[in-house]
Amino acid sequence: MTDVLRVEDLRVYYRTAAGPVKAVDGVSFALQPAERLGLVGESGSGKSTIALGLLRMIKPPGRIEGGAVMLDNVDLLRLGEDAMRKTRLAKISLVAQGAMNSLNPVKRIKTQFAAGLRDHEQRMSDKDFTVYLGDLLEKVGLRRSVANMFPHELSGGMKQRVCIAMAISLQPRVIIADEPTSALDVVVQWQVIDTLRAVQQELGAAVIQIGHDMGLMAHSVDRVGVMYAGKLVELATVGDLFAEPLHPYTKMLITSLPSLTTKQQLVGIPGSPPSLLNPPIGCPFHPRCPFAMEVCTRQMPPVRELRPNHQVACHLYEEAS
Amino acid sequence: MTALLEARNVTKVFGAGLLSAGETVALRDFSLAISGEQPSVTAIVGESGSGKTTLVRLLLGLAAPTSGQVLFRGKELTTLTGDDRRRFLKDVQAIFQDPFEVFNPFYKVDHVLALPIENFGLAASKRERRELMESALSAVGLRPEETLGRYPHQLSGGQRQRIMVARAVLLRPRLIIADEPVSMVDASLRATILNSLLTLNRDLGISIVYITHDLTTAFQISEDIIVLYRGAVAEAGAVGLVVQTPEHPYTRLLVGSIPAPDPAAAWQGERVLGRGSGAARLIPTGPSFCAFHDRCPHAMPICVEQAPPLFQTDPTRVAACYLARDSPVVAPEQMTRILAGTRP
Repeated sequence: MTDVLRVEDLRVYYRTAAGPVKAVDGVSFALQPAERLGLVGESGSGKSTIALGLLRMIKPPGRIEGGAVMLDNVDLLRLGEDAMRKTRLAKISLVAQGAMNSLNPVKRIKTQFAAGLRDHEQRMSDKDFTVYLGDLLEKVGLRRSVANMFPHELSGGMKQRVCIAMAISLQPRVIIADEPTSALDVVVQWQVIDTLRAVQQELGAAVIQIGHDMGLMAHSVDRVGVMYAGKLVELATVGDLFAEPLHPYTKMLITSLPSLTTKQQLVGIPGSPPSLLNPPIGCPFHPRCPFAMEVCTRQMPPVRELRPNHQVACHLYEEAS
Repeated sequence: MTALLEARNVTKVFGAGLLSAGETVALRDFSLAISGEQPSVTAIVGESGSGKTTLVRLLLGLAAPTSGQVLFRGKELTTLTGDDRRRFLKDVQAIFQDPFEVFNPFYKVDHVLALPIENFGLAASKRERRELMESALSAVGLRPEETLGRYPHQLSGGQRQRIMVARAVLLRPRLIIADEPVSMVDASLRATILNSLLTLNRDLGISIVYITHDLTTAFQISEDIIVLYRGAVAEAGAVGLVVQTPEHPYTRLLVGSIPAPDPAAAWQGERVLGRGSGAARLIPTGPSFCAFHDRCPHAMPICVEQAPPLFQTDPTRVAACYLARDSPVVAPEQMTRILAGTRP
């Protein structure tokens, strides 16, 4: 099958007085139609910057320094501003972090949907629009009457579903969901992820789900990419990643998850996340890595596909391959 | 024996002001006593709107109950004066959710540690002050030389939150009320903060009240747990019992909604509740009713006639659900005694 999205060597830097901050530093991955890819990482690992980068919504002092974002074989990074504006929402859409707070509090839900359609020159009669919006809302498990409501009349979970409905309103090829449930209660979180999965499957759209909760990833995506200090350090199917994590960071991330079945000593990852302004030389994880070798302090390990569909960037596997 | 801090049949009602139509009962008839002698770790778990923040504010004396009392060593908290108030401010410490907002960005982090030392006259000299600060930082696993003399923005969220724990420790309190202390901290750093709280409990005998929405960390660090739903206790008891064999449908829903970090495990969400009798939508008829009835597939007519009392289903567990109505009823103020049964 051909990839719907191919990201090649994406680099996004923020220019500061103290030097460039490499928020995303040479990230590559591909996405097949209807596939769900998770990107996990700690705060500052660059996962949200990837989302904004793919949509070309990086604001100064940030800048896309290089790479390619091929959506259906068109490089989004080379599109004109106007063509890019038309691509957003229509072909690649975003459910932003805390999206539920992005709704305009003084406008009815239907007015906010109409604005999106107008910007994309989708003309339809009022009657058609009502039917169309009602169908969209039902798709995400909301009543049709929500169209006439104001955001404050909705709960957090309902608002998040409105945002998902908005993101699928023009049937995009790729939906990017940035921490779609991070502000929601755990029960509502399940409902929202369930909704996202249902609409994504019906639409056949690919999803990039960004988050920090490994538990949530285990149940909502097909493949997981692990980000650390702006780099994609491991990428595998969700089953392989949990059964046999290769990168020491991934291993520690998984063992640091507390469980509900056995009481155990809580283990964290020692040390602190790296400063991106002044990242460690070599592998950015080496100061926290229990397996660090001399070479790790000198050289960033290349990404290797150690086995089919399982790639890792770690010197521990240099000889094995 | 007088409890260190005790909530006695506390109810807090908001609203019913000039502009708002209805009242909101944020917390209903809640009782809990924390002993000063026997160190404990109690988790209070609930989603948004469950009343956890209201409870914290009441326990810290930042809000007064509408009815009932909050007592510090037997005296009403809101009327404490003089030495009693100083003693409360020293014995009961709080750690809040946001490690970014509690720091004044213009001061070095030393400032938040120096203030309590000055206010309570803990150090006679600069050297003594420095030593106190250093030992408090070491107690929470921070290296003083990497922490002191820095500004808040130079430290990570995890480090900042541990400084807040160190600040609380300085005063040698008897109780730390930790309100969502790790919810804004990265997963890899949560363990260190929770472990430092546990160490304080074990080594210094400080009781911990851990307020959270995260059932998993609550299970890991606490001895007993209180699950709140819309201002009322849904279930409380030994943490293993409540989390692994929940009695209340709400607790079951909460547990079932947590995605286990294992793709092979089931993530059931609402499906965990199963199908109930399929009774028609129940309309509350009595003056009080079970707050969960509208989401519960097992709701029965009695659930909307009167709010369920606490049923003692096990020696160390109570559940406010008529599904457990064969068990003996206990008064809310008995809950503390039942929770105490979980401790050696």
